[in-house]
Amino acid sequence: MSEAAIASRGEPLARRSRWARFLDSDLFSSFRRSKIAMAAFAVTLLFFTVALAAPWISPQNPYDPAQLELMNSNLPPLWQAEGVRPFLLGTDDQGRDVLSAVFYGLRLSLVVGLLGVLVSGTLGIGLGLIAGYFGGVLDTLIMRVADVQLTFPAILIALVVDGVAKAALGGHMDTDATIALIVVSIGLSFWVQYARTVRSQVMVEKGKDYVQAGRLIGLSSPVIMVRHVLPNVTGPVFVIATINLALAIITEATLSFLGTGLPDTMPSLGTLIRIGNGYLFSGEWWIVAFPGLALAGLVIAINLLGDWLRDALNPKLQ
Amino acid sequence: MTEPVLSVRDLRVEFATRRGVLKAIDGVSFDVAKGEILGVVGESGAGKSVTGAAVIGLIDPPGRIAGGEIRLAGQRIDNLAPEAMRRVRGKRIGMIFQDPLTSLNPLYRVGHQLVETIRTHTDLSPRAARTRAVDLLAEVGISAPERRIDGYPHEFSGGMRQRAVIALALAAEPELIIADEPTTALDVSVQAGIIALLKRLGREHGTAVMLITHDMGVIAEAADRVAVMYSGRIAEIGPVHGLVQAPLHPYAVGLMGAIPTLVQETDRLTQIPGAMPRLTAIPKGCAFHPRCPRAFARCHVERPEQIPVNGHRVACHLYDAQGSVAA
Amino acid sequence: MRAEGPTRPPAYVEVADLRRDFDVSQPWLTRVIERRPRQILRAVDGVGFSIARGETFALVGESGSGKSTVARMVVGLLPPSGGDVRITGVSMTDPRQAAERRRLRRRIQMIFQDPYASMNPRWRVGRIIAEPIRAFNLLQGEAAILARVGELLTLVGLHPDDRVKYPHEFSGGQRQRVAIARALASEAEFLVGDEPTSALDVSVQAQILNLMRDLQGRLGLTYLFISHNLAVVRHMATRVGVMYLGRVVEIGTSHALFRAPRHPYTRMLLDAVPDIGMTGRTRTPVSGEIPNPIDPPSGCTFHPRCPFANERCRAEVPGLIDGVACHAVQEGRLD
Repeated sequence: MSEAAIASRGEPLARRSRWARFLDSDLFSSFRRSKIAMAAFAVTLLFFTVALAAPWISPQNPYDPAQLELMNSNLPPLWQAEGVRPFLLGTDDQGRDVLSAVFYGLRLSLVVGLLGVLVSGTLGIGLGLIAGYFGGVLDTLIMRVADVQLTFPAILIALVVDGVAKAALGGHMDTDATIALIVVSIGLSFWVQYARTVRSQVMVEKGKDYVQAGRLIGLSSPVIMVRHVLPNVTGPVFVIATINLALAIITEATLSFLGTGLPDTMPSLGTLIRIGNGYLFSGEWWIVAFPGLALAGLVIAINLLGDWLRDALNPKLQ
Repeated sequence: MTEPVLSVRDLRVEFATRRGVLKAIDGVSFDVAKGEILGVVGESGAGKSVTGAAVIGLIDPPGRIAGGEIRLAGQRIDNLAPEAMRRVRGKRIGMIFQDPLTSLNPLYRVGHQLVETIRTHTDLSPRAARTRAVDLLAEVGISAPERRIDGYPHEFSGGMRQRAVIALALAAEPELIIADEPTTALDVSVQAGIIALLKRLGREHGTAVMLITHDMGVIAEAADRVAVMYSGRIAEIGPVHGLVQAPLHPYAVGLMGAIPTLVQETDRLTQIPGAMPRLTAIPKGCAFHPRCPRAFARCHVERPEQIPVNGHRVACHLYDAQGSVAA
Repeated sequence: MRAEGPTRPPAYVEVADLRRDFDVSQPWLTRVIERRPRQILRAVDGVGFSIARGETFALVGESGSGKSTVARMVVGLLPPSGGDVRITGVSMTDPRQAAERRRLRRRIQMIFQDPYASMNPRWRVGRIIAEPIRAFNLLQGEAAILARVGELLTLVGLHPDDRVKYPHEFSGGQRQRVAIARALASEAEFLVGDEPTSALDVSVQAQILNLMRDLQGRLGLTYLFISHNLAVVRHMATRVGVMYLGRVVEIGTSHALFRAPRHPYTRMLLDAVPDIGMTGRTRTPVSGEIPNPIDPPSGCTFHPRCPFANERCRAEVPGLIDGVACHAVQEGRLD
């Protein structure tokens, strides 16, 4: 074929790395242009770093009763007259260093949040894929359950799941089991959004010819779903996951605040806020204020990041 | 020679992107006379739709008209304020797009939209405007217009919708109609009617039409003159018959040979190697030179300007030295 | 000449009385509340044709004619509601021939209309072309697969090094070349092209049409070519079937059909199509538009637009006799 060589110049094997392609992408350039996104990212990164490094940077291990001295209880922050070293942000009623408690609490909140997103995401994506790809009765079944669940607030679902499980298990649970239970409650309350989004995306993608081309070479439905459809519906899922991380953290905090979440011996931000709430009117404002600020900062930063991501990935808004 | 309805001189349109400024239109000049249909043809990315959008003042940021002049019956319109341009657009320039549904509001009856447009641009009473709307629908070939006028767009078939859009474009009796791929979304048997309608407008009302399409067949049938665009420039412009039967620019030659025709059987179509360059990588010199079978050294470095040859204007170095002796 | 005489070589593809209905009813609840009946769209209604090995058979028609639905049934992407498709004698519907059908699977591939939607955008082109080779287990070892991918890319006029690129790095025409390479990767011998060039620019369309003809010559491929573009069909096809509202109204060699169309619809189409060979001609305007296929006209579905229609045409569906389904032709009222 004489014209063969002209159809493409056959550029040299310039296989750019994923990183190089990312730096050149529209997403990254949109990130560079958005001051809010960069600030939100910096704050989120800071919180993640603190959470990861908590055991090494905290003055005290707030979960270790041996390190707590009741003598040190209810001390105000360092800059106030009665402030005592090393309790920079003061202490709570157990003599726990508030700064350390906030560091460890962040860690717990993020772990529970991330695991909650993982569970709800896996559940939602799986069910959404099945509903969208197979349609018919399965679709109707899954989506009607989703519709019904949408009529209840997520926190109510989480409370119900939590309550039912605790009643079934007899109320005596170690902390790991409690965390697992909270993660499952959150997972079961947030899967609907993933399922709906993935389902509609899958319905779009499955009509595309590359899916048909897969069928023509005899690929089975699960192979087509996982290999071809799933990677092409991840964009919106990523946005939901980011925003849901903030929601999951709030849900955990709410559960803990209501007393059905993590126990006082292993306080998350929500637990700290509940404890501090009792001392608010007796003047020990720092017990509630700092965990509250940390929670608000974390959630706002993640939410702003999610908002930016949604806009950046939505071609219609550009 | 009377003044052309539309006169475009050295039009340049640029789009600012984060990878630099892209020149979508780079020095385009043409005229459309009263009652004439100018076909603007080109492949995707040639800049034909951007040219149309520039004439009607619909270049949205990050795009901008970076230079040149657009005159409507002698009056400059490229530097009008948005509000003044909006009035020109409805009253003096009519528009027809590929998808009739983008021009028709699905929530309103077709007649309502027509009457509204007529009353915006004339001082007719509601009754008179409605009579005029019925006349317009009849004019564009919609049967039983008194009845159809109260229909909703979704009750119209594809061809009828496009006819309704043409009626809408005609409502203010514009001097110029810009039709951007008006037949592309329609079936073959419906296309023919729309083409005939466009031709009749020029003949009966003296409306100038700028017909933008990728379909050479449509151009061949409808247009009086044709401008062949390539990479944001006009490669060749001339009377339709000459351009189709005996094109001069190597791109136009390749294009005509590449189109299969019903009239004669060919064993092999002429093919132009490669594809139209992306705006980010327009070659130096003549933009067509990497694909041109007759390119020579000069084409690589120097951009050809339009030169008159046999009643056409051709932007090609081949015809420069020889001048009118060529072809 | 027009008859499908006994001299024709044995058919590679045989399509007989193919039917396909789509349920386009409102959801069940809406139907019950608004007391509406089920609505069935008969997209394909008794279509039959055969394709000889090595030939190009084209189905041409306007929107709603059912040509794409036929294509999808022929390759097995859509089960027919009735009738059968046999390829090399193997039925595409008979459950008893499932094993033979699996073996035939890789010989039948499709080239889709939109080269932007027919490839997984997240895969490199090399992996896209290798997928059929791996799925059918045609070659062992990465080196052999890589070599074969390079060979296929060269075959369609691309460079072996193009395999590391993503689909979005190619132009529309180059993507269509990749799509052809993928179709050939499983050693296909029968390619169904569903409007394979209608999304392309004309100069690129010419490249792809030429490539398809070259490959047919070199590899002895058989094509079923679906298009609404009569000029393209004339250029590509050896034989042509014209479809209108789910039925074949005329079938014959490309040469005969374009030179002397017989069915009134074919005549009308050929007269209506804008063509660069016919500048400045005046034409007879076409009456009417394609009716809604949910509620097609009785008898011959073309009768409301046909200048030769009579009572019989309104009542009776004409059969495809001697390559044309028209009472007027069959009665000698129309030559």
